[in-house]
Amino acid sequence: MTVSAAETTTTSPPLVALSGVRFSYPGRSGAPVLDDLSLAAADGEFLAVLGPSGGGKSTLLKLLAGLEVAQAGTVKVGDTVISRPHRDVGMVFQRPTLLPWRNVRDNILLPVGFARGASPAERARADGLLAMTGLRDSAELYPNQLSGGMAQRVGLARMLLHDPKLLLLDEPFSALDAMTRERLSLELQRIWMAERRTAMFVTHSIPEALFLADRVVVLAGRPARVLADLTIDLPRPRTLETMGTPTFNALALELRRLFDAVSNDKAIAP
Amino acid sequence: MRLLKTIVPPLVTLLVVLAAWSYVTRPGGLPSYLLPDPMSVAQALWSGLASGEFWPHIVFTLSSTLIGYAIGSVLAVIAGVLVAESALFERFVFPYIVAIQATPKVALAPLILVWFGFGLASKIVLVALICFFPLLVNTISGIRRTDPELIAMARSFSRPAWWVFLHIKLPAAASAIFAGLEIGVVLALIGAVVGEFVASERGVGYLIGSATVNMNVAVMFAGVIILALFGVFSSMAVRFVQRRIVFWEQPPSELPTGERP
Repeated sequence: MTVSAAETTTTSPPLVALSGVRFSYPGRSGAPVLDDLSLAAADGEFLAVLGPSGGGKSTLLKLLAGLEVAQAGTVKVGDTVISRPHRDVGMVFQRPTLLPWRNVRDNILLPVGFARGASPAERARADGLLAMTGLRDSAELYPNQLSGGMAQRVGLARMLLHDPKLLLLDEPFSALDAMTRERLSLELQRIWMAERRTAMFVTHSIPEALFLADRVVVLAGRPARVLADLTIDLPRPRTLETMGTPTFNALALELRRLFDAVSNDKAIAP
Repeated sequence: MRLLKTIVPPLVTLLVVLAAWSYVTRPGGLPSYLLPDPMSVAQALWSGLASGEFWPHIVFTLSSTLIGYAIGSVLAVIAGVLVAESALFERFVFPYIVAIQATPKVALAPLILVWFGFGLASKIVLVALICFFPLLVNTISGIRRTDPELIAMARSFSRPAWWVFLHIKLPAAASAIFAGLEIGVVLALIGAVVGEFVASERGVGYLIGSATVNMNVAVMFAGVIILALFGVFSSMAVRFVQRRIVFWEQPPSELPTGERP
């Protein structure tokens, strides 16, 4: 988590590379969700993908997870072309998507087949993640005994369990209340700084994107286009005070203007 | 305190019903060949049980109900899994399942008795057939209604299809399956009794049927009471097992906090 480590990652080849990607959901008419979209993320980079709902952000993550396959173009993670689910990603979803019939520990160990199927090393890793996410005392609880924020923390721990190269976060805090949301953003930053993985974080919250990301990409329209690609040069670790700095506010304003332009576009178009 | 609240009100209702029953069957009231008084029903029940006369009938009905229920339920869950998991199977078989589900299976009772004889076998087949369909339909819809996001989540972590079925779809369907089992256990009893009505030499249904011929209304009532107790206890047993297995669908306060297998 040193500054020099972050600097070296910016010069390394991209870990994620989408080029000329087209995707439309089968059976749905109209323009494809994505068409000729190219996007890259450097190794170790925290990339926020910002855009209005239905702008193809989630589709982007599904393609990277191998849950959907592009109709044209290539999706690469490292040297692998992604065409089906693969071990290099860990994903967090908008809803916690925990198994109600399994306790917190088992839910975290789901990527390796629960505690029974896990190796001693994986079990130790789960214990480490439980401690890191502040869930040490909740390991034996069941999901319906957890608050929304705790459930999403379980999701974060589960995402990290099998040491994925790429973290995919699909609006993970959007269902939480504002306070929990802020706290979890701080926590995610702390976890990310400790683990230093490439992260793709989809959100429609401007402050959230600015707070967390090294780079913010704005995606909008149908098919989705990259409207802006901003490098966020705020020092880490960022704190709640960071959100009050002039740089932060200037960037937020810039993005908000961009958003307004997009939504006006939408309102005029029939 | 809680026990007092759940036990006392129904007990009061029972006493009121018994009092009304005694009143209408008092000497000079309804004749005993239409409605016997509570005491003579209790006497018929007691003497039937004490003399051992009822026991073969009870054992017969119990075995046909439980064996048929077990066979029908196991087959229903297996078939439900096949239909839910295989598109091909669904296309060829599902319309017929829906059609048969809408048919009253007791209408087949005479035919089944012809095929399988008047003994235990025919009752078991009828019971299995009757409790098969509701559970089948519940199993299919339970598996189908699995939260697609849970499945996508497991797939994103490269979990294989058999694993997703075993650890996600099946537990997700568990409460629907238990709902089917609870419907099934009541239907199973109906199936057994109908089978015994149509043709049998034993069973509580037979007991009631032969008591009707002799106009022994007190024994009829005794038989009905025995069947009611069967029904109540068997659905209670299913619910008890359900609470144990589908533990996550209860209020959080009742959840276990310790380790689970």
